[in-house]
Amino acid sequence: MDFGLSSEQQMLKDAVRRCLADNCPLDHVRARADAGSAVSEPAAAALHAMGLSGLMVPEAHGGLGMTLLDAAVVAEELGRAVAPVPFLARSVLAPLAFVLAGSDAQRAAWLPAIAAGEARFGVAILGIVETRDGSGVLAGEDGLSGTALFALDFEGANHFIVADDAGRLHLVNAEANGVERVALKTIDATRSVGELRFDAVPGESLADDGGAAGRRLRDAGRALLAADSLGAAEVMIEKAVAYAGEREQFGRVIGSFQAVKHMCAEMAARHEPCRALVWYAAHAFDAVPDEAALTACHAKSHTGEVHRFVARTATEVHGGMGFTDLLGLHYWFKRIGFDRQVLGGPDKVRAEAAQLQDWAAAAA
Amino acid sequence: MNLEYGPEYDRFRAEVRTFIERHRPLAPKAGGRAARASSEAVAWQTLLLEHGYTARTIPREYGGYGAEPDILKSRIIAEEFARAGVPGGLANQGISMLVPTLLELGTEEQKRRWIAPTLRGEIVWCQGYSEPGAGSDLASLTTSAREENGEFVVNGQKIWTSTARQADMIFCLVRTEPEAPKHAGISYLIFPMDTPGIEVRPLKTMTGHAEFNETFFTDVRVPIDQIVGRRGQGWFVANATLGHERGMLGDPDALENRLLALIKLMQEERVGSERALDNPVLRDRLVALQAEVAAMKYNGMRVLSNQLKGEPGGMAKLIVKLQSCELAHQISALAIDAMGEMGILYDGSPREREGGAWQWNYMFQLGLIIGGGTAQIQKNIIAERGLNMPREPRLEPSAATSRKEVA
Ligand SMILES: Cc1cc2nc3c(=O)[nH]c(=O)nc-3n(C[C@H](O)[C@H](O)[C@H](O)COP(=O)(O)OP(=O)(O)OC[C@H]3O[C@@H](n4cnc5c(N)ncnc54)[C@H](O)[C@@H]3O)c2cc1C
Repeated sequence: MDFGLSSEQQMLKDAVRRCLADNCPLDHVRARADAGSAVSEPAAAALHAMGLSGLMVPEAHGGLGMTLLDAAVVAEELGRAVAPVPFLARSVLAPLAFVLAGSDAQRAAWLPAIAAGEARFGVAILGIVETRDGSGVLAGEDGLSGTALFALDFEGANHFIVADDAGRLHLVNAEANGVERVALKTIDATRSVGELRFDAVPGESLADDGGAAGRRLRDAGRALLAADSLGAAEVMIEKAVAYAGEREQFGRVIGSFQAVKHMCAEMAARHEPCRALVWYAAHAFDAVPDEAALTACHAKSHTGEVHRFVARTATEVHGGMGFTDLLGLHYWFKRIGFDRQVLGGPDKVRAEAAQLQDWAAAAA
Repeated sequence: MNLEYGPEYDRFRAEVRTFIERHRPLAPKAGGRAARASSEAVAWQTLLLEHGYTARTIPREYGGYGAEPDILKSRIIAEEFARAGVPGGLANQGISMLVPTLLELGTEEQKRRWIAPTLRGEIVWCQGYSEPGAGSDLASLTTSAREENGEFVVNGQKIWTSTARQADMIFCLVRTEPEAPKHAGISYLIFPMDTPGIEVRPLKTMTGHAEFNETFFTDVRVPIDQIVGRRGQGWFVANATLGHERGMLGDPDALENRLLALIKLMQEERVGSERALDNPVLRDRLVALQAEVAAMKYNGMRVLSNQLKGEPGGMAKLIVKLQSCELAHQISALAIDAMGEMGILYDGSPREREGGAWQWNYMFQLGLIIGGGTAQIQKNIIAERGLNMPREPRLEPSAATSRKEVA
């Protein structure tokens, strides 16, 4: 019995942290944001050199064949560094899609290309969670038609995995005839999302499995967004505590005021159990599949709530300085805001958790 | 991540399950509030002692089962009894706080004399720490004990003494060295509650029951050898017990069981044909609590793993009392809301649900948020020990190490 990270996972975590410290300091994050890009080529290249493009690609196809908990460890570090690096869709959900629903030929064609960093996928599966604003994708005789919102890792993607309205996954080339790509701007300059408009786009379908693979991607995505949020929130707590130990008012450091200490203690007390919950959700994805969907909901919704509290409270501890651009604290604030809403905000996800337990009828 | 306990432990779990199934009819009703165990509870305790399902690692010569310490086996026992909804061993203040303290710091004579009958439920203890002027700031206590003819003579007052009326014995903090700095002047005494000079007055609590008391001491004579640890070391001795108390207040199995009871309630409670669970707002709150209970459960497994590896519990452990007590309170709060008007029925009223247990719990759990180190004191500890934030500036050099800032 050992609830926690293995020594290999701890090593992976340390290695990613070092890599991002070297290749993705805050100045660099800021420079990318100012340039209007959510992709840091040097950081992405350094992580690729560590083999992380193939993290979820089975060894037989040239990858590392790791688990979702390994991916969660990486996601947490990316969140810590507010790293503008395509990861969730490109290095986790896309290879998972092929593992779960690809034919032998599709796997052989795409998994090695993903590991090699040549196939750069975005993933648009929001349709599995909800359709809105006239979105929806139909797969017909003449290909895909309609609109998919919030394609993840949008910038720089040369291919997309798209869920249709029946939950089936399809592969489309970003440059294919009839594809229109519209970038969406979010609060979070470190991640890129976009809208895909299809007009009779020739796609390649993955297995018709009644939407099973798509739901697995959704669960994996939720667990990893929670992991990203975990890392971002941890940094905000660290920064708040450090700032409270330096800033002086009324002749003493503000960290000696109990109101400030209690803000920090509340952040820590609410945050700490999130770590175990996120680890379990990621672990369950591979090891306890029956619990995967529900724990992914719990991890997503609970971190969403707790980390919103952390984000605003840590900002408050910094006073006016927290509100400025100077410290860059807002990058973490916004990263947490993104993690909370994407693939279902807490309320939406809790409603699904209720349905999963037959506590509520599924929405029509 | 490896959640398997391994074959040896799986066998042990099976044994525990078999035991529970076989003996279930003998188990007393769970959740008894009585200070003194009923005769069924004593018989159950005796059975559990014989099989090593309580007091498992306490040496046989002191009335325990004498097994090698094995954190996982203890955990399995707790899990299985909780899962079966069957009460485990007695967990009163004597067993949870005094016994571990004596094991750590008592004399051989004290261990032999007090531990076994305490384990068997024959001796009931109360904890005489808090005073009217010394709550969170426990070390400012003033109940005095002066030495006279080979005896301590105790004078003063304790308050919030749970079970003082039923108790046979008290473990009590007194000031023996009035000249010494505040923390260094305290001693830890144990003495019978029928010693002349002790007067107990019940204090009714908000639940409507008299769950604790004021305890007055007037020239109470205590033989000099009834001190645990040395004179002036009482603060250190008490810290050992407070650590045990806090461990007792954050049981993840108890939270899970409360949550299951809440789910059942929300499936059964109806307004018209709509179950409480069909109300989307209530359901949303339920799922939010479920996620939080899950987080505390896995956090507990993380703490357990750290303990197995001999690593410090760290932040994961420091936050347990604060978070679990609050969460338990919120579970009861939702239950009351889910019952609507019916939620206020109490005290044997017609139409009352579950004997008014949810209201009782809602109030009692607020007591747990306050007792054993208040929520605010917990936050001080988390900030100062967990996050290394600066301590409050002191008004006087040795003042204000709060009572529960010890572990
Ligand atoms: C159900 C229950 C059972 C109990 N059983 C026993 C028992 O058997 N034996 C026994 O000895 N005692 C017992 N107690 C007493 C308990 O330990 C004390 O109530 C507790 O330590 C708080 O002390 P107090 O009540 O004097 O409150 P105070 O210390 O007066 O606290 C009042 C308020 O001030 C806040 N406060 C105090 N100091 C600080 C600080 N430094 N920073 C921030 N806020 C602060 C507190 O958090 C609280 O909100 C019991 C209490 C309860 C509720």
